[in-house]
Amino acid sequence: METTHKHNSVILRLENVKKYFPIRRGFFQHTVGWVKAVDGVSFDIEQGKTMGLVGESGCGKSTVARLILKLLETDEGKIIFEGRNISRFSEKEMKPFRKEVQIIFQDPFGSLNPRMTVGQCIEEGIRLLGVKRASARKERLENLLNMVGMSYDSADRYPHEFSGGQRQRIGIARALSVEPSLIVCDEPVSALDVSIQAQIINLLKDLQDRLGLSYLFISHDLNIVGYLCDTISVMYNGSIMESASSEDIFNHPYHPYTNSLLSAVPDPNKKWDVTLSLEQRYDSDAVYDGCKHQNKCPWVEKQCRTNPIDFVEVEENHFVRCWKTDKSDLK
Amino acid sequence: MDKQPNPHGTPLLKVENLKVYFQSDGERARAVDGISYEVRQKQTVCIVGESGCGKTVSSLSILGLIPSPPGEIVGGEIFFSGQDLLKLDEKAMQKIRGNQIAMVFQEPLTSLNPVFTIGNQIGEAVYTHKPMDAESLKRYMIQLLSDVGIPSPEQRLNDYPHQLSGGQRQRVMIAMALSCDPALMIADEPTTALDVTVQAQILELLRSIQQKRSMAILYITHDLGVVSAIAHWIYVMYAGIIAEQGNADQIFRFPRHPYTQGLLASLPGRSKRGKRLYSIPGSVPNPAYKPKGCPFHPRCPHAISPCRKEYPDMCDYGHGHMARCPVLYEKREHSE
Repeated sequence: METTHKHNSVILRLENVKKYFPIRRGFFQHTVGWVKAVDGVSFDIEQGKTMGLVGESGCGKSTVARLILKLLETDEGKIIFEGRNISRFSEKEMKPFRKEVQIIFQDPFGSLNPRMTVGQCIEEGIRLLGVKRASARKERLENLLNMVGMSYDSADRYPHEFSGGQRQRIGIARALSVEPSLIVCDEPVSALDVSIQAQIINLLKDLQDRLGLSYLFISHDLNIVGYLCDTISVMYNGSIMESASSEDIFNHPYHPYTNSLLSAVPDPNKKWDVTLSLEQRYDSDAVYDGCKHQNKCPWVEKQCRTNPIDFVEVEENHFVRCWKTDKSDLK
Repeated sequence: MDKQPNPHGTPLLKVENLKVYFQSDGERARAVDGISYEVRQKQTVCIVGESGCGKTVSSLSILGLIPSPPGEIVGGEIFFSGQDLLKLDEKAMQKIRGNQIAMVFQEPLTSLNPVFTIGNQIGEAVYTHKPMDAESLKRYMIQLLSDVGIPSPEQRLNDYPHQLSGGQRQRVMIAMALSCDPALMIADEPTTALDVTVQAQILELLRSIQQKRSMAILYITHDLGVVSAIAHWIYVMYAGIIAEQGNADQIFRFPRHPYTQGLLASLPGRSKRGKRLYSIPGSVPNPAYKPKGCPFHPRCPHAISPCRKEYPDMCDYGHGHMARCPVLYEKREHSE
C-alpha cells in the first residue's frame, strides 16, 4: 500500500525508493552493517506544485534529493520522472533529463565556483541548452539576472562580492539557466537572515507562478513549509511517516512524530507548549524491528516493536505510517 | 531618556552606552554603537537581531573576550553586581568569568576539546573555581550532568565529545556553565544548530534550571520564535544600536519600530498562506559604512528627511516599552 495522490499531472513519483550505505570496519573494511538512509520512500509531486519534505537532520531528506538528481544510485525502487523510470538510466540516457531537474543548495557560497564570475557561472547552463550565438546567450543571461532581481552589472563580478541573499539569487538563476521543470530546493533559506529569507521565498513563489515550476522543498522549518508548500511529507529515520496536504498536516496530524514536531516549533502568535516533545524518551541507537519512531514515541506499545508498520490512507490523500490512527487513542 | 524599564528585580547586569569598534585596513567598523541594556535577577533577557547587528560582540565584551586589536571598547560601562567590568584587570576578570558569569556558545562541538573526555573538561571548569578532592569532584559532576538531563551520567563522564549527539553536547556545555552556580548565564544562539524537537528540550531545560537556581539568562538569538517562547524582556538590535525594547507582548503585538514591524511581517507562517510576504528591502549595512542618521532609514518605509541626518531618540511608550523611531511616535500621537 503506497502513496498515490489521485491526480494525473504528476511530474515526479518516488515508489518505495531505498538507499542503504554500508558501515565498514577494521583493516579490511568489512561491511558490518547498513545505514538505512532512505528506507522505502514514496511520494508524488504534481506539476506546478510544491511538496515540502520535512524532518530532522540525519533523517535522510538530503539523500532523497541526491537520489532524485541521480547523484547517488538508488538501491531499490523507482524514480519516475514525467512517466519514465529514470532510476536505472545510464549516464548517457540521463543527459536530457539532467536539464529538467535542478537543485538549489543551502549554502550558496559553497556551491558557486569562486573563480568564475557570476556571468560565466550562469552562461555555462545556457550553453548546455544549445544556445550557440554569443549575443543570444548574453540576452538570456540578462533575462535570467532580471528574473531573480539582479542587475546585469553583476555578471562580471565574483561570488564573494555578494551578500548571502544575493548569492542565493545567483544560485537560483544558475538553476533556471537550463530551463528545468522541477527544482529541488535543499534548505534554500535556512542560512539567511529573516528579512532576506522573505525576499527569497517571494522570489521562489513568483518564479513558480511565472514559469510553472514544480518544487521539492526540503526544510526543517515548519513555518516556511506551512507557508509555501501544497503538500507535505514528514520524514523520520529514512521513512515517510505522514504525507498529506499542507492543511491536513497542520490541522489534523495523525502521526505522533508529526505532533511532536509541530508542538516543538515556537510561534510568536501563540503560547508555547512543549509538553509533547518533552515526553520523548532518550533515543538509543539500537535499531529496529517494527516502527522507526518506537524509541521516541510516547504511545509506543509492544506491537510497535515487532511488526513493520504500513503506510495507510486514513483520509483521502492523507497517509500515515502508524497503526494507531484512531485519534482518540493519541490524545 | 534611559529610564529603568522593567519593574521586577534589581539590575544584575547594566550596560551603559557601550561602544565597540573594530579597526581593519584603515576602516573603522562600528559593530556596537552605543547600546544600553540591563538584565535583572532571575530574568531571561533576549537580544534579537540579524547577523552582523552586533549582538554577539556586545555579549563578548561583557566577558572581556573582544580580541584587541582589531577590536576596541571605545566607550561605555558594564556594571555587574555593582562593579564596572571594563575597569577590572585580567586577574579579577578571570574570577568572574565562568564563575559568576558563564557562557554557552552556538556550536558545542567547537567549544569542546575533542581529545579530552567530558569528565576531564567539566572537572577542569569546576576545579579552577572550586578546588575539591577527586571523589567529591566526581560526585559533583555526576550531579551536574543529571541536572541537565543526561542519561547514565557516570558513563558519559568517560565519553569524548564526538560520542554524544548535538543536543547532549549542548547539555554538557550547559552543565559546565552551571558548575559554579553563576548568577548570569550568557547563551549565544545555543539552539541554532539543533533540530526543533531538541531545541524545545534545551529551551525547557534552561527554563527549569533558571527557576531552580534563580539565575538570570542573557539569551542572544536571531530566531523570533524562540524569543517569544522564553523572553521576559526583549531588546531588538539593528546595525549596532537597540531599535526597540519591551516585553514579549509589547514587541510581538504592538511593535513600534519599523524594523521590528518589518521583521514580524516577513516571518513566514501558515496564516500568511497565499499572501505575499512582506520583505524589508535592501540588506543590512556594512558596519564600516553605516548610513548617517538612523541606520535603518535606507530600508525604512516611513523615512523622512530628518531620518537621514539625525540620530533618532528613544521614544517611550510606557511600561518600559521604547522604540528608537520618532517618526512613528509622532504619528501615534496624531492618530490618538
